[in-house]
Amino acid sequence: MAVIKKKKDKALPAVNTSALPDIVFMLLFFFMVATVMREVDLKVTVNKPQATEIQKLERKSLVTYIYAGAPRQKYQDKFGRSPRVQLNDAFASLDDIQPFVLQEREEKSEEDAAMMTMSIKADKTVKMGLITDIKLQLRKAQALKINYSSNQPKDVQALYDSE
Amino acid sequence: MARNKRAIPEINAGSMADIAFLLLIFYLVTTTMDTDKGINRKLPPYDEELVEDPPPIKERNIFTVLVNSNDQLLVEDEYLTIAELRAKAMEFIDNNGDGSCEHCQGFKVGTSSDNPDKAVVSLQNDRGTSYGMYVKVQNELVAAYEDLRERYAQEKFGRSYRSMDEEEDKEILKEIKLAYPQKISEAEPLNIGG
Repeated sequence: MAVIKKKKDKALPAVNTSALPDIVFMLLFFFMVATVMREVDLKVTVNKPQATEIQKLERKSLVTYIYAGAPRQKYQDKFGRSPRVQLNDAFASLDDIQPFVLQEREEKSEEDAAMMTMSIKADKTVKMGLITDIKLQLRKAQALKINYSSNQPKDVQALYDSE
Repeated sequence: MARNKRAIPEINAGSMADIAFLLLIFYLVTTTMDTDKGINRKLPPYDEELVEDPPPIKERNIFTVLVNSNDQLLVEDEYLTIAELRAKAMEFIDNNGDGSCEHCQGFKVGTSSDNPDKAVVSLQNDRGTSYGMYVKVQNELVAAYEDLRERYAQEKFGRSYRSMDEEEDKEILKEIKLAYPQKISEAEPLNIGG
């Protein structure tokens, strides 16, 4: 007699991967929307100080950045190791700050220009002498809203210990 | 004719996932998620001529904070650590020497500030002070004001000051800020240990 054996499924059925592109696209769109392209190539090392009373800078279009810190390793032959100012993509001197602010202000609409915030991104080892000079230049350029860029410490207590 | 009726072959979409992955990885690598945060401050406008007669402020209403080039603090002629600064500043602002401030809980010491409206925190640093220390000191001084405002908000409105919405609670925030107006003044830095 012929015995009809039920064919056993030995191999597992292949997982249906047709939804995979959808998932990947979803992730892709998320990152595309959330991405902020790195605008400048940092030439100075910036290890931001830590603080707890920090506020978010809401509108990116209103913010102009000034970087200060020691030049990176690969620029040290040319520019030395003492802290310097960086505006946009290049090293700058203190005298360049005023024209830079004016130029940035011109690119913005009139009501935005009044709200312009200068974000000072400086390394925590930079001496206040340099920062004070930057601040003086900003005052001369009438850019009075500033923000000392800092990070929220993971452990607040460590803020007081590390002296 | 038979030839024209031939169906258009389906496009093979098998590699779509690969393309999407490639793009995804590109965005993953280039993404910088850091949001910009920091301490907001306002600079005084620049004036060629120095102000001739600065308005007189009583010595007791000034809380002097000096930071030297070794990042050491001298607060009201007393050596302090950064951890003690906040409490000291709060004590000064909240002192209420003339008794005109109803919400203050200070000790009404004769040598400290009259009321929060008159109290001025004066910060002076050296050109050799590190930026990290400067931000720390600024942070503590701002925190002193924020803590006092928080306490005031809790007592008067029973709500947390820090969680208030800037648009919705505009009036409340205004009142709180008026109760403890933030007055931090910065003097020209010294150049001793440059």
